[in-house]
Amino acid sequence: MKNKLSRLTIPYVIWMALFVVAPIIMVVIYAFSSADGGFTLSNFAKMGTYAVVFTRSFKLALIATAICLLIGYPVSYIMSKEGPRFQRIAMVLIMLPMWMNFLLRTYSWMSILENNGLLNQLFQKIGLIALYNNVFGTDLQFFRMINTQGAVVLGMVYNYLPFMILPIYSVIVKLDNSLIEAARDLGANSVNVFRRVILPLSLPGVLSGITMVFVPSVSTFAISKMLGGGTELLLGDLIEQQFLGGAYNPQLGAAISLVMMIIVVVCMWVMNRFGEGEEQAVMM
Amino acid sequence: MSKELIRLRDVCMAFDDELVLDHLNLYFNDKEFLTLLGPSGCGKTTTLRIIGGFATPTSGDVLFDGVRINDVPPYKRQINTVFQKYALFPHLNVFENIAFGLRMQKRPDPSDPTGKRMVKIPEEEIRERVMEMLEVISLKGFEHRKPDALSGGQQQRVAIARALVNRPKVLLLDEPLAALDLKLRKDMQIELKRIQQQVGITFIYVTHDQEEALTMSDTIVVMDKGTIQQIGTPEDIYNEPKNAFVADFIGESNIIDGVMLRDKCVKMYGREFPCLDGGFAENEPVDVVIRPEDIDIVPVEQGQLVGTVTNVTFKGMQYDIIVDFKGFKWLIQTTDHSPVGSRIGIKIDPDGIHIMKKSQYSGMFGDYSSFSEEYDELDDASLAPDEEESGDEE
Repeated sequence: MKNKLSRLTIPYVIWMALFVVAPIIMVVIYAFSSADGGFTLSNFAKMGTYAVVFTRSFKLALIATAICLLIGYPVSYIMSKEGPRFQRIAMVLIMLPMWMNFLLRTYSWMSILENNGLLNQLFQKIGLIALYNNVFGTDLQFFRMINTQGAVVLGMVYNYLPFMILPIYSVIVKLDNSLIEAARDLGANSVNVFRRVILPLSLPGVLSGITMVFVPSVSTFAISKMLGGGTELLLGDLIEQQFLGGAYNPQLGAAISLVMMIIVVVCMWVMNRFGEGEEQAVMM
Repeated sequence: MSKELIRLRDVCMAFDDELVLDHLNLYFNDKEFLTLLGPSGCGKTTTLRIIGGFATPTSGDVLFDGVRINDVPPYKRQINTVFQKYALFPHLNVFENIAFGLRMQKRPDPSDPTGKRMVKIPEEEIRERVMEMLEVISLKGFEHRKPDALSGGQQQRVAIARALVNRPKVLLLDEPLAALDLKLRKDMQIELKRIQQQVGITFIYVTHDQEEALTMSDTIVVMDKGTIQQIGTPEDIYNEPKNAFVADFIGESNIIDGVMLRDKCVKMYGREFPCLDGGFAENEPVDVVIRPEDIDIVPVEQGQLVGTVTNVTFKGMQYDIIVDFKGFKWLIQTTDHSPVGSRIGIKIDPDGIHIMKKSQYSGMFGDYSSFSEEYDELDDASLAPDEEESGDEE
């Protein structure tokens, strides 16, 4: 019986081997290869020049993750406390943008943030720019919003916020109400109920939310390209350039990918160790 | 006996348009073990939640020591609850679960003469009190376990300790044994009663299990449809049920239509039976309760009534036999075997007959006709494969 079932996993194992394990092995081989195919460490040595891109990528991803958490946790919490009808509608509203193409969504932000885009036109109409110029003695025609780090972070938050909300929400909504009643019964006021019971029990959701926002944020290239205008080069852009761009150098691209992957894996491992106790808690 | 601690005065509770509690008046004495007993939907859990502060009555008052506490939140009441599914905090170990309430508490600083400054309970005292509770529930050495590493019975005891460590005046228990198996449930019944006597506080216990109620309680409150049917000691409730509902809910009962001819004489099946009850009008129609264990089987010629055995079930300690008396089926519990189809006589001592006034429940309970049909079907089902087997042997 057991053997029969385990045979069913064979296609999956083949799939994993072909499309997950093999590419990773190829990335590793490429990372340690020179252009003519010999072994070399020079790809990693070259990376020093890109340290600024690494720090920028991790910084922006961290900021975006933090903002997602700050918005996502209260939203999830409030949602879970409302009636089932509200929850359904809110869920649809959160998912709705995700049903649209990622590039299209980001592209629309471009036309909103552009120098003579929707927002700037609005600011002009209501006299906000004139007011700003008066107060600060400047002579601006528009606010510079596009092609800034802020725009990139905004793009990340906008695109990945649902990945923060969904895991947190699904953990909180499953919290047994009798635990909250028990805490109240034992003398905990609302603050303590949240701090001592709801927050620790929702940590696994928070951890997976952080993972699901941080990982795509740190490796994104479309967002920075479209909203950062290429001036705010991120790791994703850097890697893309090595494979598709003018700076064609797949060996270097592989090395950068490998280092990024290792950093991300280490981050996740540390975080999961930190949340291990709570992970069990939710299994119950 | 002891003084009154909690009183529910004219309490009504409605969810949407449905009246769950209907003008409930009830008081709870200090240090007593009181059980709210009734079928599901009778309002017993709602009553408990009102006392605990998790529900606010639609109308009426909840008084604690004479003070109205309708609007006092749960965390300010000197009442703690043991929840049905324990509700232990899964992220905390046994020690921290029990210490939870103590860590929430603040009390006046003893070193502050004005008595206004509030301080937390010092760590040594928390440790001492938690360990003391672990002793009470016999779970010493388990303090570092997480709840999911405990058995159901152990989790149950931790839940009780977590409530008791706060030294409440009242402990509310909402069907705390429902999730345990029979053997463990019986052990925990004795354990609970022991703990209650040891700590000497009021236990208000909610259950639908009549046996549990009879075993543990000082007082039983039988409820149905949001109203109290009867309040009394376990003996009162069992021996002197007020109406057919109570008689049927507590134990097994044969409930027969009768007419009270005069004091101490009731007429059933056209015959007069001596009994001990009185105070009814002459020729008043009544419900007569006869417990299955109060019926003696005698030879036909000596019987007050004569009937035909239609079903026999072996129950270990006794046989449950169903006897047809002129179309009305009785349950009799006896240690003597009477074969199906045999004619038997029965005799009932005067103290085995209990007379009740007619109520809205008259005629709804106490007939074992459906019961015996069920048994017939079950028997048929279990017989069928047996017959096949014996056929194979031949």
